[in-house]
Amino acid sequence: MAGPKVATITIAFDGTEYTVSAGRTILVALEEAGLRFVRGVGCRGGVCGACTVLYRMRDAHPLVAGLMCQDEAKHGMEILSLPYIPQKKAVHRMELPPENSPEYQVLSLYPEVNNCVMCGECSRLCPVGIDVMGYVGMIKRGDLRSAAQQSFTCVQCQACVLRCPSSISQPNAALAARRFHGRYREAPAEHLAKALEKVESGHYRSLFRKVRRLSGVEFQALYQRREREPDDAPPGTWLPEDRSLI
Amino acid sequence: MEGLNHFPEALRESARLVVKTRESRLTALRRGESYPSLSLSDRRAWLEEFHPDYRADSCRPLTLGPNQGDLVPCELADLLESWPRHAVSRHFALSRRSHSAAEGDPSALAPFSKQVKADLHTDVLVIGGGGAGTTAAIAAAEAGAKVLIVTKLRHGDSNTIMAEGGMQVADQEADSPVQHYLDTMGGGHFINDPDLVESLVSDGPRVLRWLEELGMLFDKYPTGRMKVRHGGGTSRRRLHASGDVTGLELMRVLRDHAESFANIRVLPFHPAVELLTDDNGRAVGAVLEHLVAGDRLPTIQVVHARAVVLATGGFGRLHFKKFPTSNHYGALADGLVLAYRAGVPLRDLRYCQYHPTGIVYPDRKIGLLLTEKFRGWGAQLLNYHGEEFVFGLEPRDVTSAAIIRECTEMGNGITTPSGRVGVWLDIPLIDLLHGRGTIEREFPGRFREFIGKGIDLRVAPVLTYPTLHYQNGGIAIQSDGGTDMPGLYAAGEVTGGVHGDNRLMGNALLEILVFGLRAGRSAARFAQNNGEGSNPGVSHLESFMEALHEKAAGQHRTSPRLLPSYGKSGLPA
Repeated sequence: MAGPKVATITIAFDGTEYTVSAGRTILVALEEAGLRFVRGVGCRGGVCGACTVLYRMRDAHPLVAGLMCQDEAKHGMEILSLPYIPQKKAVHRMELPPENSPEYQVLSLYPEVNNCVMCGECSRLCPVGIDVMGYVGMIKRGDLRSAAQQSFTCVQCQACVLRCPSSISQPNAALAARRFHGRYREAPAEHLAKALEKVESGHYRSLFRKVRRLSGVEFQALYQRREREPDDAPPGTWLPEDRSLI
Repeated sequence: MEGLNHFPEALRESARLVVKTRESRLTALRRGESYPSLSLSDRRAWLEEFHPDYRADSCRPLTLGPNQGDLVPCELADLLESWPRHAVSRHFALSRRSHSAAEGDPSALAPFSKQVKADLHTDVLVIGGGGAGTTAAIAAAEAGAKVLIVTKLRHGDSNTIMAEGGMQVADQEADSPVQHYLDTMGGGHFINDPDLVESLVSDGPRVLRWLEELGMLFDKYPTGRMKVRHGGGTSRRRLHASGDVTGLELMRVLRDHAESFANIRVLPFHPAVELLTDDNGRAVGAVLEHLVAGDRLPTIQVVHARAVVLATGGFGRLHFKKFPTSNHYGALADGLVLAYRAGVPLRDLRYCQYHPTGIVYPDRKIGLLLTEKFRGWGAQLLNYHGEEFVFGLEPRDVTSAAIIRECTEMGNGITTPSGRVGVWLDIPLIDLLHGRGTIEREFPGRFREFIGKGIDLRVAPVLTYPTLHYQNGGIAIQSDGGTDMPGLYAAGEVTGGVHGDNRLMGNALLEILVFGLRAGRSAARFAQNNGEGSNPGVSHLESFMEALHEKAAGQHRTSPRLLPSYGKSGLPA
């Protein structure tokens, strides 16, 4: 294909060197070089954690974790693919044993968070910029709300697990923290409970029958007549003029 | 100008015009003024002229099978009219010869009637490990069935995990399932299956409650009230979100919950490549291909099941008309191929959904999404001159057509150095409208991702263009998730009828839950009431291959394709 000439760089993947176009993600650069992935590629959008890699720049000492679909290939990268990282997963349901608080339950499922030596390696490695060590501390202190917020964008790539000297499975502990927080510490949605009651009482059955009996023309006219709720009305306050469908 | 330095000169000039018009646009918004929305007849006119799939050359009629004569995208038609994969042909000794030609030679017919020994047995086989499949597995397991999930990649690798903006549920005081029904039917151009839509909207509050009990996090006020926003084509605010990573949060929770069932087993890297049917035309299992078997393990695995749930998702990675896609690596229409070969009818496949705001610049993010939630919070679509040209929350197909119109007929697009064209999504407007910190709080995933690459969404607009996003139609199902074939159920993106010709934002996450639960329950019930199939095999391929031989003998394509091949050609230019 004719076009402006693209600069090339050299990267090494699993020990083999490839000359690739500059300005590509690691994934696209390797695919263009002829590699075809089965393992180690997932969403290609930075949210699934399938394409986790460790890499080092030649001439530099730190080992860095990245996602192949997100990180740009740079000259001199030496890349190790990590499509699967075995680690601890506590199997549990959401019911609490008697007298266990949600905070204590998370700690009972993942007691090894208490062994954190605060080396900070997990936070340094995280390819999506989460302060992993920070949320481990929050779980230790029983602050599930903060832990849930801090870990919220975790893509479960498990890179943090790799270099933890205390063998903590941080992403799984965070998952438990978020779920127990969501179930027990977030206020339940009362309006949802009411809406559910109304549906289950059969309230809408006759209304559906009525609407579904309309002719095509009548139904489309009803659609065109819809009132649009204002974007910024205070929650739960606005009501339409025509309330025949609610 | 501050915050625009990452743009090359070609884009910076127009980006400055966006900044220049921002104040007056903000003033208009504060006065409650918005760009007028289109009438139904104007919508139709713009779609017919500018939507990629309304063009005559984008589709062709199917030449065989239950939907013979129906128009579908050319690339999909080719896939549906392809031979079984080589590994399958070898394993079952299938011959591409026409059977009419081989009359009198009984050996040509023998392979089809051959009984197939099973490597694995289960009550309910779930094909696909995304949101719909996992939900179906949970429902079937709760009903007491032994469940096997087989999935092409890892458990959870799916379009579900990539969903950003949210899920529609009618739970507010001003709303009702009937109102939701009206919005959904109109968005789909009134051709949706009314029974399916009524099921979808009516189960909404129940599944949202279920997710709350599973500990899924939603954007909430301290009182517990859900924060809701508008999506394109909605008349009520009913979009429930978990930041801008709603699908990720949903998939993390569903997968975690599924792992707590001792009667659910997951087999990753084992895509289904054919269905198994029995003498009575019932689905009784599937043929799997082990993608990482190596030389010493059998490539083909045969599963016998009492009921099957197809939940293989969509087809974005087929890159119709060379569009980039927002879909995950494995979205290649496998389920449509399997079902169609077995004679199961499909519907509503002519029009695909192009998400209006796929990223155009920077190049390495091409095709990925900026969620509709941005527009729900007030971000506007702007042309080269920093002017609005469409109401940003029309149904998706209309908004996409409007963007394409602005870039082609109107000539007001912005061209990148690599030759792509797009329009601006003015995200910084959100903080001005709702206060500083809103973008960071409501869109933590995208905000962190962009700031990590030196782009600050609080000050810089992003260049976008429609991207291939969603399979509107698919396998025809009934309200219980059942298909035309006994024992075969389907749920999620692989199915058709729920969304008509165009899905509304937030109805996909709802659909995978509602119909995942329904299909899983129905499959478990079917498995309890029916024994093993008699003579499981691939005899359904016999008539399919005969038709293929007659209609398309000269070609050698095989399907399902399983994974895209990007090699030297790279992503579509």
